[in-house]
Formats: sequence, C-alpha cells, structure tokens
Amino acid sequence: MTTAELIGADSGGIIAIKALLVFIFCVVLTLMSVWGERRLVGRMQERPGPNRVGPFGLIQALADGVKLALKEDLIPAAADKIVFVIAPIISATTCFMSFAVIPITGKVSLFGHTTAMQLTDLPVGVLYVLAIASVGVYGIVLAGWSSGSTYPLLGGLRSSAQVISYEVAMGLSLVAVFIYAGSMSTSDIVAAQSTWWYGVVLFPSFAIYAISMVGETNRAPFDLAEAEGELVGGFHTEYSSLKFALFFLAEYVNIIAVSALATTLFLGGYHALPGLGFTESWLGGWFTALWFFSKVLVFFFVFVWLRGTLPRLRYDQFMQFGWKILIPVSILWILVVATLRALSLHGAPRAMVVGFASAIVLLVMVVNLGFDNAKKKKLEALEEEVVSSPTFAVPTIPMHVSSINVSNSGKGGDHV
Amino acid sequence: MSEQLEPLKKNEISVNDVPYVQMETGESVGFLGHLKGFWVPFSKIFKKTLTVEYPEVKALTEERFHGRHQLNRHPDGLEKCIGCELCAWACPADAIYVEGANNTADNQMSPGERYGKVYQINYLRCVFCGLCIEACPTRALTMTNEYELADDTRAKLIFEKEDLLAPLRQGMLMPPHPMYPDMNDTNYYNGDVKGSHPSQDVK
Repeated sequence: MTTAELIGADSGGIIAIKALLVFIFCVVLTLMSVWGERRLVGRMQERPGPNRVGPFGLIQALADGVKLALKEDLIPAAADKIVFVIAPIISATTCFMSFAVIPITGKVSLFGHTTAMQLTDLPVGVLYVLAIASVGVYGIVLAGWSSGSTYPLLGGLRSSAQVISYEVAMGLSLVAVFIYAGSMSTSDIVAAQSTWWYGVVLFPSFAIYAISMVGETNRAPFDLAEAEGELVGGFHTEYSSLKFALFFLAEYVNIIAVSALATTLFLGGYHALPGLGFTESWLGGWFTALWFFSKVLVFFFVFVWLRGTLPRLRYDQFMQFGWKILIPVSILWILVVATLRALSLHGAPRAMVVGFASAIVLLVMVVNLGFDNAKKKKLEALEEEVVSSPTFAVPTIPMHVSSINVSNSGKGGDHV
Repeated sequence: MSEQLEPLKKNEISVNDVPYVQMETGESVGFLGHLKGFWVPFSKIFKKTLTVEYPEVKALTEERFHGRHQLNRHPDGLEKCIGCELCAWACPADAIYVEGANNTADNQMSPGERYGKVYQINYLRCVFCGLCIEACPTRALTMTNEYELADDTRAKLIFEKEDLLAPLRQGMLMPPHPMYPDMNDTNYYNGDVKGSHPSQDVK
C-alpha cells in the first residue's frame, strides 16, 4: 500500500488530530529554534546567549512572544488598514500550509489506525509547496505597500524581488529530482530514495537548492533587505506587537519548512541513515520521526552557522549571483540530467551513458580552464597598464619613501 | 598649479612621483581557505565564553577604579572633613554641595574649628573624574571601588553625608565627642592619634 492510499483511508478525526500535531510541531519547533539559534550564534561569538528565563534560557522565546503580544499595536495613520492587517496573516498562514505535504514518519499506528504522519499527499505535492511559498510573497509585498511609508515599501520590494528570484533557482533545482523520482508527490520522492539519497546522486541540484533556500527565506548572508543591524527592518518596519510576531513566526516557520522540504527531497526524508535501516521499525515506526527531525535540525544548524560566519551580501551581488550563476547552472544541469535519464530509460548501452557523463565533465573542465586563463590575462593586462600621474596638484608626502608596495595585500595574518 | 606649491625639501617626494599601482583584490584563499573561515565560528561553540555573569558573578575592578566616594574618619572616630568646600569648588560637574559649621565643645565632629554639616554628592552629575579627591586637603574624601550606583528616582541618587561616611572601625567612637587629650588638629593630621582614649567616650 502506498502512502497516498494509507492517508486516503484516514477518518475525519484522525485527520484533525494529525493537523493539530503538525501545527504543534511547527510552533514548538519554531519557539525552540529561535532559542537554539540565539544560543548557538552566541556560542559562535564567545558569549552564552539567552540563559536567564527558565533552565538554560529555554523559555526565552516564549517570554519574547508574551512581551510582543502585550505591546501596543500601532497602525500608522497613512496605512491601508485592511491590507495592513491581512499581510502578516498571509505570511504566517502560508508558511504553515506547506507542512501539510511533508512526510514526517513512515507507516505508523495512530490510535489504532494504520496511517502515515503526513497530513495529505498530493500528486503534485512539491508544486503545491512552491505555490504556497509564492503566495507567501504577497504577505511581504502587501506589508511593504500598505504601511504607507517609503522604507517599508522599498524593503518589501527588495524582499519580494529576492524571494521571487531565488524561487526560480529553487524550482529549477527540483526538476532534476522530479525527473529521477518520476513523481512530484513528496511521499513517492521519499520512497524513491530508499537506496540512494538524491542529495548524493543529484549533488549539484542539492547544492543549488541549499543556496536558494537561504535566499528564499531572506536569511543571512542574504538578509540584505531586512538587515536589522543597518536598516530598520525592511518591509516590517511599521509593524509592532502581534502583527510583528506573526512575521517573526513566519520567518522561522519558513526556515523549518524549507529545511523539511530539503530533507524530504534530498536527504531521504524520514528514512534512517544508510546502514541504520533497522531503526525504522522501532517504536512502531515512530522512530522515523526522530530521523526526520534530526535531519531538519542539521539544516537549521547550517542556517545558524551561515549567519555566524558570513557577512551580508550587497544587493547587486546577490541578484547577480541568483540570475547569472544559480539559474544558468541549474538549467544546464537539468539538460545533463534529462539527457542521462532519457538515455538510460531508452535502454542505451552503459558505455554510452558513461561516455556522455565523462564528456560533460571534460567539457566543464575545459570551459573552467579557459575562464581561468582569460581572468589571468585580464589581470596581467591590468598590471601592465600604468596610469599616468594626475595633472592636478596633490599634497606632498613628508617622509622618505623608497618604495610603496600596495599589491599583495590579500594575505592577511590570522589575528585570532 | 604645482608652481604655487611649496618647493619639496630634500627628503620629501611628491605623490606624483609614486607610481600608481592597481590594487589587486588579493589572491583567492581557495576552497580550503573558505572552509577555514567556516571552522572558526564552529570551533568557538566548544570554547569557554568570555561573558561575566554579572549579577551573580562580580568581576573585580582595578585597584584604583573611581567608584562611589567615601568620607573618611580619624582613628578615634572623628570625621576628617573640615567643611572647606574645596571639593565642591574643584568639581567640574557641580555635583558636590557642602555646608560647613563650627565645632563646639559639646558638638565636636572633627578635630579643629570646622566640620562639614551638610555634605551631598549628586551621582546624576558626578563624572567620577576624581578632582575632588585631589582637592581635599585632609584626605577626608576618597573613592571606593563600588560601582553599583543605579536607582529609580533622582532623589535617591543624591547621596547625603550619612550615605558617604565611612563605617566605624575597631577602636573608633561615634562623634560628636571631644578630641584626644593633649592633641591638637595638627597632631591629628600628622597621624599621631592612633585610636580613641577612654576619656573621649562621653556617652
């Protein structure tokens, strides 16, 4: 019996319980991840992070939530009130909705019913997630627009431009998975990874997805539109109290959502690590949820790690990277994958498939070599080109200078 | 243009003489270099944090840290402050207010003629520069290392004489009481008085 058939047999009560469980899972994981992120990023910066509310500061996120809820709820006079209220609701609800198709466990028994811990199974599940993510952008756009203020408007435009650009790369990176799994249903994709994870087989897709999911969630180092250290906060500048809390919640649920999708599509979903397959039947199948969570948390850790390591990108760098590198590379990669897949599906001899693959690798190497040479030549040309001294008066240097060497500044010492 | 400039001295060179060199962006650190960058914050997770858990753990200040003021006493308990107001005059922030008064036979607060009747320091104004300590002719005013000077009203941050006075140590008697027998104020300032005399205990 496939997962779709298992879920199809659910009664209304079971579906309600599962919906509640998925919701609780999202909220609790979000609260814990806010705490976890602050603790981890704190340790990375040689400070302990929040440690005062509850043991190890565990209920810090809850305390912050209560504080936010008790704050004054301002609606600016220039704001479009209805849209201003609707925007955070759109943001928060859409990010929860994508969890409906994420398979959290394999076959388990819930109150005597045999089912799978997945709310629903659509034949186009992944497309559904992408569609929901796109609707979520409306929250950002509308929030920026309805605030009736310039900076939120600009921030909203930037954030949405960012999300939309990286959604393209993200969608393209998933195509290879669809081609290999032969399905867009999340449960089918997980089932297809029982032997090899797509994160290994389709590594370039995985890398592109991993990068674009950071851009998609507006997270460091791609948080330039919100840049809380430099700008006031981008599209949610005018928001306060619960409405701001909704945006905050949406951001973290989004992180968990893209991590969960990455786990599902590339890291074998709820399957155990290779060689530990026997654990999947423990606790009546519920042990698979643990595998799922730990993989999601690994992704979350990477999110935090990136934030603790990388400086923020500039807007033009970010857009260039998205449109000029990520998207072309993923299109080329899809071409390669599609050709390989078509060759093997039509029963081409193994030698031909291998030959095609090695030809592609060779081609990439040659192109790369040519690129490197061109870069080197350009640098050499720059070195030869001596700019003539300026014609205007310049102040004198009051010291004896035998030689000034400004080149070779790249090798900085390790001042830790 | 350049003729209007001062002529160069012998050991000087013009900026125009320095060849213009295109700044290189630096050699690429390579893949391993990037990994090294990621390793730094990761390795910090397992290291000790630098934070001092302040309310529970109090880090010691430097020995000569400028903290709350203290009005000191002579070894027999008489106050060192003579109400001269030099500290108030020295204060650049106008944080000190002093009112002196005469010592009388039955109200001897300090050795000699005068004592500080009112002594206030406003810690909302004080900048802890220590000029008052330099100005004090009797070493009556010094600074402690106490730095927890926060409160919720302005009034509470104006410290009165009784907030600033040093506590009575062993052998000290609470003034007012007579001066040490056969000692004058000069003896007091020279440190000839080592403690209180039984005859000073008038209570």
